[in-house]
Amino acid sequence: MANVTLRNVRKTYTGGFEAIKGVDVDVADGQFCVLVGPSGCGKSTLLRMVAGLETVTGGEIDIGGRVVNQVEPADRDIAMVFQNYALYPHMSVYNNMAYGLRNRGMAEAEIKTRVEEAARVLELSSMLERKPRQLSGGQRQRVAMGRAIVRQPKVFLFDEPLSNLDAKLRIAMRVEIRKLQRRLNTTSIYVTHDQLEAMTLADILVVMNGGQVEQVGNPLAIYEKPATTFVASFIGAPPMNLMSTRPEEIRSQLAGSGAADAGILGIRPEDFVITDQTPAGGVALPLTVEAIERVGAETFVYGSRQEDEQRVAATPGELPPGEVIVRIPGTEAPAIGQKIRVAAVRQKLHLFSGDGRTRIEA
Amino acid sequence: MVEQEGFRRYVAHVILWIGIAIVAFPVYIAIVASTQDNALIANGQMSLLPGGHFFEVYYQTIFVGTSGSTREPVGNMMLNSLVMALAIAVGKIAISIISAYAIVYFRFPFRMPIFWIIFITLMLPVEVRIYPTYKIVADLHMLDSYAGLALPLIASATATLLFRQFFMTVPDELLEASRIDGAGPLRFFWDTLLPLSRTNMAALFVILFILGWNQYLWPLLITTRDDMQTIQIGIRKMITTTDALTEWPIVMATAVLAMLPPVFVVVAMQKLFVRGLVETEK
Repeated sequence: MANVTLRNVRKTYTGGFEAIKGVDVDVADGQFCVLVGPSGCGKSTLLRMVAGLETVTGGEIDIGGRVVNQVEPADRDIAMVFQNYALYPHMSVYNNMAYGLRNRGMAEAEIKTRVEEAARVLELSSMLERKPRQLSGGQRQRVAMGRAIVRQPKVFLFDEPLSNLDAKLRIAMRVEIRKLQRRLNTTSIYVTHDQLEAMTLADILVVMNGGQVEQVGNPLAIYEKPATTFVASFIGAPPMNLMSTRPEEIRSQLAGSGAADAGILGIRPEDFVITDQTPAGGVALPLTVEAIERVGAETFVYGSRQEDEQRVAATPGELPPGEVIVRIPGTEAPAIGQKIRVAAVRQKLHLFSGDGRTRIEA
Repeated sequence: MVEQEGFRRYVAHVILWIGIAIVAFPVYIAIVASTQDNALIANGQMSLLPGGHFFEVYYQTIFVGTSGSTREPVGNMMLNSLVMALAIAVGKIAISIISAYAIVYFRFPFRMPIFWIIFITLMLPVEVRIYPTYKIVADLHMLDSYAGLALPLIASATATLLFRQFFMTVPDELLEASRIDGAGPLRFFWDTLLPLSRTNMAALFVILFILGWNQYLWPLLITTRDDMQTIQIGIRKMITTTDALTEWPIVMATAVLAMLPPVFVVVAMQKLFVRGLVETEK
């Protein structure tokens, strides 16, 4: 049991590329921290620095009150689950789990107890003598988990552990991991590029972009109040609609509030309602329906706005310029080509500065 | 159509049988000749059917040797050859797997230059550097010794490169998982890398054992004592006799005996050998 603190952590590769540009994160004891971001944002590098697999070129990594910058991975009291599981192909499931304990000189009897307990929890008891290649993807994933939990480490590190599984299994394992972590109450750091995984697993969510932390906090708080347009478009699916406030159509509707100096307006697809009314202080947009996606419980309407200036600050996950997604419940939907009017209330508007780096509360 | 298919297969089989006959006939002749009376062979009256001297010829070959100038029992020659071939095969594998491990997994100064030096020795086989090698072995007083027979042939760029290529396909995560599991460099090598290299080592062993067994030039140069000669040299010496008949049954028996260990190694390790050459799953 331990808290993990990163203080101004930096990573500069020889050659000058700065992968991590000063990260501060504080994970309390027993918390589940998820690092999320697009590929190349440095989240895996950061995790590997916590594991001790990458050197730290600046700042401090503190595990359980001890700065571990110079400590070997084996001595950091961590366990890691890799994306490709990294099981020892020539060892049986039992030996895969026992290997780390043996290297630490633990008595065979104690090892046996721990491995069998882990196997019971993970439903691997009947497979202890098998080799990894005789297991399915989900079973290998569980062995990798087992290898981590038998160690009873202070911190679990997960590097996109579910990305090699099919969609159904991924959801099942996601729940498993969460339950297991709750039960063991072990501090965990989990890296993923899947925002849904991030939202469902995290106690504390760290959104990263370009080697920097964009926002840290409770996942729902981040969802409700994204600090930047990057976070706004990355968290939530489909992404938040972002549009410039410059067109007269939008500017006039925002006038008179503190939103006057905002450059970008964001509205989540689920916050729109198809209506002819304009709520007081809210925003209404005329749209032409371009495409419809029915997924059963909800329907996504893709509409386009008719206006000249459409381009907004470029961020990953951004919609094509001028396109707006509206999420409506059920399967009732307007026809393609139909002109509709959608509106969102004042409380559901997200306002950002022109460069998208600052949230404006109005 | 079906008939034609059958006819084609028939032709293919005939061709294959002819091929087998061409390869197998000399071996058959050697076996037959090794069971006959020398006088018959010398008169050119050798039968194509096995003679009745099998046991006495092989007994004489293995335990006594020819009655001519080289009176070395072939059993002893086989022992010499076996020691040399095993030492070369095992030594080469041991040295090259360790150097490949160093080159792939450690960052030390001049790593790449060292790799390239190993690489260019591919262009310098024993035949090319035979004089300096002989000089060194002579200066170290290793003529007429097992060490002299095997040591100079142990260093191997080919095997080092083979292991290097294999190590580079081993996922980095395995090393990282080992590090987190508390395995140091030696443990990782011993517990993970060696077991994973098992099939590669077997394939290499087969090739290297046969290579070592078939050495001719090097043993010819550095062994002068009869009791140190290898079987390949022994056969040659038996054939050229100055003032006596060549004892063909014994020569042939020696040739047959010389074939046996490589055949045994190939047959015994065939499964691992093939897996080592074709395996892709790691």
